[in-house]
Amino acid sequence: MRAHRRLRATTVLFYVWVVVYVVVSIFPLYWAINTSLKTHNEIIAWPPTWFPHDLTLANYYATFTEHEFGRNILNSLIVAGGTTFLALLLGSLAAYALARLRFPGKLAVMGLILMTSMFPSIAIVSPLFILLRKLHWLNTFQGLIVPYTSFALPLTIWILTSFFHEIPYELEEAALVDGATPFQALRLVILPLAAPGLVTAGLLVFIAAWNEFLFALNFTLDNTTRTVPVAIALFSRQFEVPWGELNAASVVVTLPLVLLVLIFQRRIITGLTAGAIKG
Amino acid sequence: MHTIRRIREYGLSQRQLAVVLLVPALFTILAIALYPLSQTFWLSLQDYNLKFAAQRKFVGLGNYVKLLQDEHFRAAFSHTLFFTIVSVSMEFVIGLAVALTIHRPFWGRGLVRAAVLVPWAIPTVISARMWEWMWNDQFGVINDILLRLHLIAKSQAWLGKPGTAMWAIIITDVWKTTPFMALLLLAGLQVIPEDLYESAMIDGAGAWQRFRHITLPLLRPAILVAIIFRTLDAFRVFDVVYVLTGGASDTETLVVLNQRVLFSFLEFGYGSAISAAIFLIIFIFSGMYMRILGLELEVK
Repeated sequence: MRAHRRLRATTVLFYVWVVVYVVVSIFPLYWAINTSLKTHNEIIAWPPTWFPHDLTLANYYATFTEHEFGRNILNSLIVAGGTTFLALLLGSLAAYALARLRFPGKLAVMGLILMTSMFPSIAIVSPLFILLRKLHWLNTFQGLIVPYTSFALPLTIWILTSFFHEIPYELEEAALVDGATPFQALRLVILPLAAPGLVTAGLLVFIAAWNEFLFALNFTLDNTTRTVPVAIALFSRQFEVPWGELNAASVVVTLPLVLLVLIFQRRIITGLTAGAIKG
Repeated sequence: MHTIRRIREYGLSQRQLAVVLLVPALFTILAIALYPLSQTFWLSLQDYNLKFAAQRKFVGLGNYVKLLQDEHFRAAFSHTLFFTIVSVSMEFVIGLAVALTIHRPFWGRGLVRAAVLVPWAIPTVISARMWEWMWNDQFGVINDILLRLHLIAKSQAWLGKPGTAMWAIIITDVWKTTPFMALLLLAGLQVIPEDLYESAMIDGAGAWQRFRHITLPLLRPAILVAIIFRTLDAFRVFDVVYVLTGGASDTETLVVLNQRVLFSFLEFGYGSAISAAIFLIIFIFSGMYMRILGLELEVK
């Protein structure tokens, strides 16, 4: 009887902890959605209202008209998409060599790649700025895509190498024995089997490029190339922060990301942890 | 075997093919990471303001001497250290609790696992601005909640005061990064063999004993990796501080200071010396950690 009661008490405590944690995790997003749907007068009312009393989409409208936030979303899609494409292309070639070929100096190459993954981006921001200025690449998409690719490659190569390792040699060999050309073997056997690895690495690269702030802040000059994080950080009108519009912009870019992460949660969890634990 | 035959069809040796495949990636890494790094060190030996480029001159270690005497640098160093130690400790304790929670099945676990990922999915700049609004001194919901709970007597300007601003930044950061810590620890938990727990239960070990003598020792490598990753990350904190305070109210960290010297003052010589110092500190950190980790693995 006493054991039973103690069990119930720990179960209750356990669920209290779980509920508190879940609420705290979700609350800021809820609060942004709540604020984004309020009128200006309700936003600056005290005490704050926990639900919008006069629902309005005016903030969303102003975000895309007055602040041209659509342009920033497009810029971010171009930069993150370009980075993902380049990193997967260069990364899968390198990973194939590291996983399948025997050559001297392999350990040194892997060490070099691992070492650069620890680079703080601040360490190279000054010479990179000078370099990009010389190339007239400031305020261009390639001025962000190329540095991002360089920073994304170590993780990409790391994940893809471990995925390529897991594809059995015999499958490739069997295809060749059956008369496939090496190119067909790559296209029909290896790439389909490596697809989960490409998706995992691609997602992580895309998210990292989408979120990057330090380079984007310093290498873009105006709204033609400013990415979402820069636009959000600099979001203002003269003398005041337009909280309703800012929160609307935040919600617009956050909801798709949250959905994406929830859909791919298993894949992201394995991708994030593969490099750290297995390696 | 087959690889050798296949490559022969291309007329390339295995070694040559490896070079062809590796060169694009390695060239990018060398050109956009390693070469600029060497340039950072070269710039750090010069007196070089972008606005007065003509007056550029070589000053040897002059910038580093200046660095050691710069009280802003010293202050930024101690803010960064404080931020790193406190936030990583809090993330570790909460992250471990979260990992242990979602490791075992219970009613509603799927929902909890999804909720845990929400802060991780939100870009740091955006989460910082969401929190900036919640910390707001006039209209912020945090003041509202604390007033309702009678924990404060009147609204506070959390981000405007030296005593509280750093804590507000730390709480915002802990909210954002605990999921990552939890995921790394969860991966570590998942590789602990289940039968160890079963035999311990048969031997009459209680929950605490199982945690103390099985979970903690076997989780050690995962704990080390998670703490290393997060420490290196926390030490170069930028986004959250830049958005919440811009470095005001005694919160300026090393990278925020570095950004200011480089892009507000355009002091590229002195600024590069700060960058180089940050790089060296992180390099030494990671070297030490690698050693610890290597020793750990050897002992196992």
